[in-house]
Amino acid sequence: MFEFKKTGQQQKQRFRLRAFVGALVALVCFGVLATRFWYLQVERYEGFSQRADRNRIAVVPIPPRRGEILDRNGEVLARNYRTYTLEVVPAKAGDLDDLFSRLAPVVYLGPADQRRFRRLVAESGRYASLTLRNNLNDTEAAWFAAHAFQFPGVELRARWVREYPQGAAAGHVVGYIGRIAEADLDELDKAGSLGNYRGTDVIGKKGIEKSWEDVLHGRTGLEEVEVTAGGRPVRTLRRIDPVPGSDIMLSIDMGLQRVAEEAFEGRRGALVAIDPDTGEVLAFVSQPSFDPNLFIDGIDVENWRLLNESPDHPLINRPLYGTYPIGSTYKPFVALAALELGKRSATERVPDPGYYEFGGQRFRNAGGAAYGMTDMHRAIVVSSDTYFYSLGPEIGVNALHDFTKQFGFGQITGIDLDGEKAGVLPSTEWKRKAYKDRERQRWYAGETISVAVGQGYNAFTLLQLAQGTATLSNNGLYRKPHLVHAVRDPRTGAVEATKSTPDYQIPLKQQNVDVIKSAMADVVRVGTARRAFADTSYQAAGKTGTAQVFSLRGGHYRASEVSERLRDHALFMGFAPVEHPRIAVALIVENAGWGASAAAPVARKVFDYWLDRDRKRPAARVPAAATADDDDEDAR
Amino acid sequence: MKRIIAVLRRAFTAFDWPLLLILVLFAGLGLTVMHSAVGGTDWRFADQSRNFLAAFVAMWVVALVPPNLLMKLALPFYVLGVVLLLGVEFFGETSKGATRWLNLGVTRIQPSEMMKIAVPMMLAWYFQRHEGAVRVIDFLVAAVMLAAPFGLIVLQPDLGTALLVFGAGFFVIYFAGLSFKLLVPVVLAGVIGLGVMVYHEDQLCQPGVDWVVLHDYQKHRVCTLLNPSSDPLGKGFHTIQSMIAVGSGGLYGKGYMQGTQTHLDFIPERTTDFVFAVYAEEFGLYGGVALLVLYSLLIGRGLAIASAAGTQFGRLLAGALTMMMFMYVFVNVGMVTGILPVVGVPLPFMSYGGTALLTMGIASGILMSVSRHRKVKV
Repeated sequence: MFEFKKTGQQQKQRFRLRAFVGALVALVCFGVLATRFWYLQVERYEGFSQRADRNRIAVVPIPPRRGEILDRNGEVLARNYRTYTLEVVPAKAGDLDDLFSRLAPVVYLGPADQRRFRRLVAESGRYASLTLRNNLNDTEAAWFAAHAFQFPGVELRARWVREYPQGAAAGHVVGYIGRIAEADLDELDKAGSLGNYRGTDVIGKKGIEKSWEDVLHGRTGLEEVEVTAGGRPVRTLRRIDPVPGSDIMLSIDMGLQRVAEEAFEGRRGALVAIDPDTGEVLAFVSQPSFDPNLFIDGIDVENWRLLNESPDHPLINRPLYGTYPIGSTYKPFVALAALELGKRSATERVPDPGYYEFGGQRFRNAGGAAYGMTDMHRAIVVSSDTYFYSLGPEIGVNALHDFTKQFGFGQITGIDLDGEKAGVLPSTEWKRKAYKDRERQRWYAGETISVAVGQGYNAFTLLQLAQGTATLSNNGLYRKPHLVHAVRDPRTGAVEATKSTPDYQIPLKQQNVDVIKSAMADVVRVGTARRAFADTSYQAAGKTGTAQVFSLRGGHYRASEVSERLRDHALFMGFAPVEHPRIAVALIVENAGWGASAAAPVARKVFDYWLDRDRKRPAARVPAAATADDDDEDAR
Repeated sequence: MKRIIAVLRRAFTAFDWPLLLILVLFAGLGLTVMHSAVGGTDWRFADQSRNFLAAFVAMWVVALVPPNLLMKLALPFYVLGVVLLLGVEFFGETSKGATRWLNLGVTRIQPSEMMKIAVPMMLAWYFQRHEGAVRVIDFLVAAVMLAAPFGLIVLQPDLGTALLVFGAGFFVIYFAGLSFKLLVPVVLAGVIGLGVMVYHEDQLCQPGVDWVVLHDYQKHRVCTLLNPSSDPLGKGFHTIQSMIAVGSGGLYGKGYMQGTQTHLDFIPERTTDFVFAVYAEEFGLYGGVALLVLYSLLIGRGLAIASAAGTQFGRLLAGALTMMMFMYVFVNVGMVTGILPVVGVPLPFMSYGGTALLTMGIASGILMSVSRHRKVKV
């Protein structure tokens, strides 16, 4: 197969042969190229020559108008307005300082504009067309149009600019657009849609703007323009209109969203409200929020530093990204697990002397209370830790894992936003995989005890808790949570509701679910949350929680703040009305102390708005259903 | 004074005069075309002139290094290259969606570029060590030494450079005596496979068809080549416009600085990868063939130097580097004229860019070094 053992001379000779073959291959390949030249330049010369002439015809892409983002009632969260921008190709425009000073008398250029532009040049190179200024007023635009010939490489363009009229409200849901970066280009290239983005220079970066980019963007049109040999456009020959991006109607209700955001009163936290019937997210709060308008032209350094270095972390999407031990709000699920798995009946009474003893160690009730003989109903109403400590070893961590997993705990819910975290739903298998160290891989029985009260390794997002609550309120019917209610065609106004994705029914006994629900109703009526829910027009059900703090982000806080940030998180989960739940809520107020006093009142305001609003003016849903019935009758 | 003259004389004997003549012709032609491509003497023209100067100095310095020393440098050079590539893999900087750069604090380097020289050096060194007793196992070892950097560069991903590194290494193995019985069937199978693919383009490019080994975007790229009009606003635009430029040049070309495609901004990347479109539009079929003749002279001279080399190392290295230059030309011109897919490979001595020119300068320097030391035995 191979040629072995050659003397130097033979080797040289053999090399010559191979070099000759190499030269031959090269010649043949060049022959192929020369043939190709001949084919292109002689055989098809006529055709290409004509096309080159026609190439006086420039194809100018017409970027589509981006779809708007609305709430479920049509209130606008993101829209576009028409404006003049001044765009510059630096390589053609000459010295920048000189250009700025010549433009200065009429077109205002602030130092921030100039800085931003220089940064753009550094990023994008000298051959790209870059925005020097947005929002030229009519005088500026008219003056420049008249003097355009003095400014080669500078162009006045009318274009759509994005605007977020709600500011910081629902900022984490809407997200923002930004300049197309190299990473985005790569993604577009892979998706084969680079062509559709010619002429467009922004793309969704966060939130709905990012996850629904395909729908919002639309299809780029084009215009064939005849140009002179010098490249100036003379007339339009053909035009394919762009298809504007579709409008997106969120399932969010901005009225509810604002009520929920204001209920936080400037404290940090997260809230998710879901319609259990549909899986639609009605409110999605992450406090503090940020103003997405800051990002449209590329955020400036000062604002970026302010947002990024704030100890409150306004840029973190808390319901999606923050994972917390959810404390006592986990108890209804643990209790249901005990009933369903037949580990303990609802009526069995367990002594609560204020602590639970296991392996010579005492696990104490929060606040040092002792509740005496306690059944399941009472354990939930007064939030007895001892009762649930004792449930832990009886259920076992793996059985608990398998049960609450069905409610979505520790799982990606698949909501239509980017960057969701799965959190941790502990099990022995999880621990084996999570740690390298043999010793740390072992699961200790004591760890099951803290897991059963929602502490320990448990780390869930608020979205998961809301989803679990909605599923529980719905007697185990799981519906994937989503933020987009419908897509609207901006030309015809036709609204198409998004399809509900595959759901499943958790096999639960109704009597068991009713035990939990009635206990949760009593939490609100006579239990830990009774003060917050006094005198409601509806019967709510819920569970308060208080979670011990582990620090969110290391220890660079100032000493004066430390004590505040080491306080417990306050949580609440619940739904209302208890018979036919129309809204399910989970919320956390960070470092606010007791769930009953800090978190439950927030839920009260949210429930009040959503349910009493219907009482005051007829609910949107009821007449709609009635009309549908009428139609049916007419048809008959 | 005498000593200075002696040193100067020695320095000037470094040149292989026929090769130098060819290279000077290229430098002149390259700058001429660049002048038209950028539409005058803007900063890129000046920049490219400086790049040529730097490449010339590099060539001169390398030409003065005897092949023996190059041989000693082969192993460390190769190991350093692989380590840097691993560095890129784990700590590299991402630019234009690919991770190719390594920031050393002082400067950014692109290790894949140096592998174009380091890989053939290493393989030539390896075969030199086993001179006269090359066994099957040696070819396998060589294949591994080639596959490692190739794989790392593909991961970046940088298919163009990976292809050139692979080519350079492969040619060493070829020259070292890889059996034709093995080589010919593989090449034949490849050519037939390509033919079948072109013939069945319609079915293969349906959106639903999964190509198993290739990413969707790679499939997209190949399909765009087979039928450029399927994506006129995107990738196909490059190929269509460069083919129009070349085709409309006709027999004689439109004349220097007269290319409408060039000067109306229709040729994308017209100073870098697509510079040949500028040249072919303005100088026509005659110009194109003349350029191929010039490249043939370069390759002929390179292979002649290789054939006359005194050592196996010199032969293999010079031969492989020459064939690498050929690959550059074929892939680039093939891409511009629409017979090969668009991969980022520059045209030697013509495309704008300092790094590529420097590599060419070093390769030419090695050829000269081998040429001057042909009588010396190791």
